This record gives sequence, structure tokens and C-alpha cells, in this order.
Amino acid sequence: MSGRYEIRFSGSGGQGLILAGVIFAEAAAIYDGINAVQSQSYGPEARGGASKSEVILSDGAIDFPKATSIDLMLALTQEACAKYCKDVKEGGTLLVDEDFVHDVPAGDYNVIRLPIIRTASEAVGKAFVANIVAIGAIAAITGRVSREAVEKAVLSRVPKGTEELNRKALSAGYELVERRTV
Amino acid sequence: MTRVKLLQGNEACAEGALYAGCNFFAGYPITPSTEVAEHLARKLPRSGGVFLQMEDEIAAMAAVIGGSLAGCKALTATSGPGFSLKQENLGFAMLTEIPCVVVDVMRGGPSTGVPTGPGQSDIMQCRWGTHGDHPSICLTPAYVEEIFSETVRAFNLSEKYRTPVIVAFDEVVGHMRERIEIPEPGAIPLVGRPRPTCPPSEYLPYDDSRGDVPPMANFFEGYRYHVTGLNHGPDGFPVNASPRIHTDELRLLRKVEGNRGDIVRFAEHRLEDAEVAVFAYGICGRSAKTAVDQARSEGIRAGLFRPLTVWPFPEEQVAALSGRVRRIVVPELSLGQIVLEVDRCAKGRCAVEGIHRVDGDPITPAQILARIREAL
Amino acid sequence: MAFDYGKYIRPGKLPHIWCPGCSYGIVFKSLLRAVDAQGLDPDDIALVSGIGCASRLPGYVDFNTLHTTHGRALAFATGLKMAKPDKHVLVVSGDGDATAIGGNHFIHACRRNIDITLLVFNNFIYGMTGGQYSPSTQPGRFASTMPYGNVDFAFDIPALATGAGATFVARGTAYHAAALDKLIVDAMRHRGFSVVDIVNACPTTYGRRNKFKSPTDMLLWMKDAFVPAAAYAKLSPDEAAGKFPMGVLHRVDGKPEFCEAYYGMVERLKS
Repeated sequence: MSGRYEIRFSGSGGQGLILAGVIFAEAAAIYDGINAVQSQSYGPEARGGASKSEVILSDGAIDFPKATSIDLMLALTQEACAKYCKDVKEGGTLLVDEDFVHDVPAGDYNVIRLPIIRTASEAVGKAFVANIVAIGAIAAITGRVSREAVEKAVLSRVPKGTEELNRKALSAGYELVERRTV
Repeated sequence: MTRVKLLQGNEACAEGALYAGCNFFAGYPITPSTEVAEHLARKLPRSGGVFLQMEDEIAAMAAVIGGSLAGCKALTATSGPGFSLKQENLGFAMLTEIPCVVVDVMRGGPSTGVPTGPGQSDIMQCRWGTHGDHPSICLTPAYVEEIFSETVRAFNLSEKYRTPVIVAFDEVVGHMRERIEIPEPGAIPLVGRPRPTCPPSEYLPYDDSRGDVPPMANFFEGYRYHVTGLNHGPDGFPVNASPRIHTDELRLLRKVEGNRGDIVRFAEHRLEDAEVAVFAYGICGRSAKTAVDQARSEGIRAGLFRPLTVWPFPEEQVAALSGRVRRIVVPELSLGQIVLEVDRCAKGRCAVEGIHRVDGDPITPAQILARIREAL
Repeated sequence: MAFDYGKYIRPGKLPHIWCPGCSYGIVFKSLLRAVDAQGLDPDDIALVSGIGCASRLPGYVDFNTLHTTHGRALAFATGLKMAKPDKHVLVVSGDGDATAIGGNHFIHACRRNIDITLLVFNNFIYGMTGGQYSPSTQPGRFASTMPYGNVDFAFDIPALATGAGATFVARGTAYHAAALDKLIVDAMRHRGFSVVDIVNACPTTYGRRNKFKSPTDMLLWMKDAFVPAAAYAKLSPDEAAGKFPMGVLHRVDGKPEFCEAYYGMVERLKS
């Protein structure tokens, strides 16, 4: 279990969080050569509801593929935050959207509030790239996957013609974190 | 194109089928197996193969058998309720000895149950699902790369022994994504069905005088013969109240049971000096491996036996294991199915104890570790 | 002009299992004459069946023959045809096999317009199991499971096939055997899904229960009750009572056939 790092992406169905998990895992596993697995819990509904996607990174083999002791959890909605934050480990990080998650349950973890959705809709110009902004922010916070790998993974998965938009969204995500730490 | 990919288990299953030479798929949409069909719906037409979405699960199984009889390597994929519907024609393929591969991505519960959660409670149905005595080969991969390689092996075994082969894995490994390196073409040898060498006039489709697996002619190749779901003689025509029925059904079983050495595959982890063993397949095998490593780090001598072939059951291996350990713990996503087989083979030589869970979530390493600790 | 049936019949496989007076033998011979008239190579023909009296027919014929599970023949046949679209795939089925347990496969084969010919041996009863009523048993008729007269309703099989999208639909009878030859030839030559509803006599389990004095009576009923479609259309409602149209009842040329559509897609993807 050495070096096992668990990430959970959560929000509402349709926000592209499953894709965010896939891209993050692909960045790690394909472009950086780190062991990574991605899984998700499915519900019957394709849109709405609380949705989550998980990525496990490790130096060693990854056998159990689900997150049970989370190092970093993203919550883009209040509902997802309330429902899923109980698995964040002591000293872990809870990253929430500062406009959409107001009530963060008390816990022994660090809370980071960032305007992820607002950044996507205002700074980048399209709310639907919030998942890509989130990837940038998470990559910057964790520092586990190279920026080059993340960018390659994003560009290989997004629709043709949206590369510039997504590159911009990814940079905006990194900047949210970098600005906060200076 | 790169051969290293991050693939979902279901996608790896479809890729494994293509690697094995699958050129015929018929299916029906059902969660959590649908991605197998969707992947092949994109790929098969591009390589000239057949992709059919049939009117129901029964028709899909029937079409697969028809495709195979016409010479294709044929696949269907389904889950719980669909697997129940496949049983009728699965039995037909077993009795008529028509190769095909059936994938069952296991979900929870009887009836509609838990469509989006993992289960392992179809495992006895994989052995005994269709009526009558019949052989069964069932492979149980646990990793995405294994789903690929075991799907290839399923096609090979199916062709070699002229019998349907089931590949059963649960929703978690079917849906999770993991790194996989697709082998170069030819790296895994492919096997075709035994073919007749005699002229059509001498061909007997079920002639077992030269071995338990008779050569198979495909339809439309000049070997005009009869295939029937009735018990039949060497010429393929029905027989009634004949000793041949008994000996032929024994032969069907022998094709599988008599070739355990070739069919049974398993993985062992830290069993050399183990006092407590975990017997687990699929997602439970993954949880168990983590639990065994944690137990070892606590100084507990634990090990894992993970079958990749559940049917035929690895009887000799479990019997031997039961003589070496004090206890075998059997985690499974059912209320107690495969534990009965372990117990049958242990014959009282050690304690056998199940861990069961059917709420749509996997058994965690912590649950297994707790039982390993209790065992000592 | 003695026809040599022997060249299509497997040596040693007769006598057939059908009862004395059963009309299936008449239809069996009509089928062989129809195949012969087209000059087809037996190696290129698959004859597929499900379960029931009619489903034993393939065993007697020297083609590629496949006797499958109850109601599923069309689904097996679809697999064969899609794998080898240039071969001829024929299905023989009973009324129960085709429209009860196999009803879903029946309507979907029609919808798909796959180039398979289905011959429905329609004797209004489950014969092999001893005379239970089927989806084609007319109201008021008697069966072992309708001992007080049938209170259920019947499918009009040609109408069902037409409604579901079959592009060649015909009806013949065992009595009108010469006309049946031509219907089977036309059905097999049609590019698309073709259905021939063939009215048959089961004296053993249907005739005896329904006041037919002999197998001959059943054939004579066919002679009177079935009228060529063009003549039937001219009958007044009174004259039409108790009569049924026969011949080609529905035909559409030019609707894409499923194998052509599928392999057309395959070709497009190559470029």
C-alpha cells in the first residue's frame, strides 16, 4: 500500500466528473507511467443526483480499486459534499466549489475553497469545462501527475475543435491553486 | 496506435474477443455489460464482422450459435436477468457441441436486483444454469488485463473442446479502468475448432471413436449434416432410449473434467507457509490480496488462492490447500455459493468460513483482514 | 413426369413421424419440388426448425439442417444468414412454434426484412404435445386445453407478418399443392423476409375434436374455404363468411434487405 493516493471527484450527474476521473487516471497511467485505476459508482439516472468517480494512484500494485481512505476529495455540489465526505481521511484534503458548497461538514481534514464553476463560466467562458478546471486544480494541489501528462490526457479525450477551450480551462485550474499559494 | 491503454474491463473483454478472432457478436442491452456490445458495435463492422442487436437475450444466444455453426467465432455478453434467459440455448450449444463464448458481467440480486452494483451470485448458475447434466467451463478474471487474456483463452478453450465457455466477472471489474498493454498479434496463440479431414460422404459429426472432441464441419462447406438438440447418435440424428445417450453425456462431461490440467488456472499469493488462506475470485480476489498483504505486515501468515477457472472447480488444488492451512476464508458477493465447493473439497481437513455481502458494494480488504485476524 | 424425391431425402430416415392423414407430407413434397425448380445446390441451403411436428422435417432432407429449441428457429437462422449472406436459409415452423413462443422472433424477423423464408405449417393446434389450442385456433374450436370451446382469439398470421414489416406474405394450403409449389418458389426468390402461411390438417388432435369425419374432410374444407385473393376481394360480406384469401397477399419490392443494409455499411466503412 506504499504511496497509495486516493482521489474522489464528486458533484452532480452531467458535470463530467466521470470523464474527469478517466482523464486524471489516463494522465497518470498512460502518460506518466504511474499505476492508476479509475472506478465509479453508477446510479440509474444519467443526469442529476450525486455522482462520484474515483482514482487511485500508487507506486505499487493497486488491488482494491475503490477509495476508502481518501487523500483528496472534490465536491462541486452541496449534496455530493454531504453524501461523500465521510471517507476523507484524517489530514486529507476536501476541495469544494466556493459558490456551490456553503456548508462543509466538520472533520479532521483541510478544506480548500475555490471558485471552480465560476472560473469555468466567467474566466474561461463555458460552464461545462468546470470538470477540466477541477482537473487542473487537483493536479496542482496533489503534484502527483506532471502537467505535461495532464495536458496530453485532456487533449486526447475532448471533442475535436474544443482543444483551445480545454487548454485554457486546465490552465485556469492550475492558476486558481498557484494564485492561492503565493 | 499505442498498445498501452487505460481500458474499462468491459472494453478489455471486447478487445480480447477481437484479438481472439471474434467476428460475430449478438446481444441485447443490459447493465452492467452493455459496454461490451457498444465497443463491438463500433469495431466489428469495420473489420467485416457481424454485430447484431437482437430482439431479446434468447434470440441473441440463438444467433450466436447460428453464427458459430456457419464458421464464425461468436460472442454474446449479458448480465443476471439476461443470463437466465440465455440458459435455454446455452444448453443447446452444450449438447450440440457448438463453440461460443458467453460473458456474464455479474450484478447483484435475484430478479432485477441491483443492476448497477457488483454481485457473484450467478456463479452456481454458471455451472448448473441450464437443465439437464452438462459440462461447464467458467473463467473468472479479476483485473482488466486478465479480462482481456481470459477472454482470449475462453475462445481458445471453446474452439478446442467444442463447448460454450462462460467468462464471469463482476460489475466492479467490468466497469473500472486500468492500464493494459494489448499484446502484439500472435503473442497469444489462437486455437481453432478441430476440422474434419475425411470426405463429406464419410463424415459423422459426432463420431467419438478417435477422441472425445469430434471434428466439426461448418455449414455450407459441403458437409451436409444434421444438428439437433435431441440426444443423438454419431451421425447427428436423434436416438431414443439408447445406451448411447448415457455414454455420450459422459463424454460431454469428460471433455471438460478430463482436461482439468489444461483448463484449470489459478493464481497463488504468499501461500507457501500460510496458516490461513483466502479463496476468492473477481473483485473479492482483489480485496483479498490487499488484506493478505496487510495481514503479513502484521506478522500473520496469510495467503491467497485466486481461481481464474471456477468451473471445472480446482478440486485438487483446494484439497491440497486444505491439508496445509488451518482455515480457508471465502469472501464472495453472494449469500454462500462457492464456499460450498471449497467446503466440499476441504473434506473437513481445515475450517472453511465464508464472508458474504449482497448489498451492491464490494467486500473491503478491512472486512477480510478482520476475519483473517479472528482465524488465529 | 415422376419427380425423384429420393435425391433430396436422406437414406434411411423415412418413414417420417407424422400420423396417417397428416397433411405435412404433402407440404414436404411441395417444398422439395420448389427447391428443385430453382436448381439450387443443396450445399448452399440451410433448413432450420424449432420444436413440434413440422420441426422434424429438416432431419429427412439432405441439406444443412438445424433442429433447434422451441420457437427460436428464426433467431438461429438469423445468425446463419448474417454469417453467410449469400446462402439460402429456410425455416419451417408450426403455428405455436412461430407465433406463440416464437412470436417475438417472428415479428422482428419481419421488421428486419432479412432474406429468410419462413414456412408456417399452420394446423391450428399443438399436435406433438397432444392437441392444445394455439394462437391460430379459431374461437369456438375445441382443444385439450379448451375442452368447452375456445374463448381466446386467433392471430391472422399473414396480417401479423404484413403489419410487422415482412415484404412477401402468402397463404397456401395442403389441398392446393400445385399452387403451393409456386408460392414457395416465389417466396424463396423474393429478396427480403418472406412468410408462407400453409394451412394444414391434423386429423389426430384437431380434426377428431372438431367434427371432421376424416382427413379427407379436412382437405375438402380447405378446397371450399380458401379462395384466390383476387376472387376473395370480389365476394360480398355474406359470401365471404367462413372463407379466407390465399395466394400472394402482400408484397413490397425495394425495401432494403437487412444483410444488404448491414454489409453495405461494412463496405462504406472500408472507404
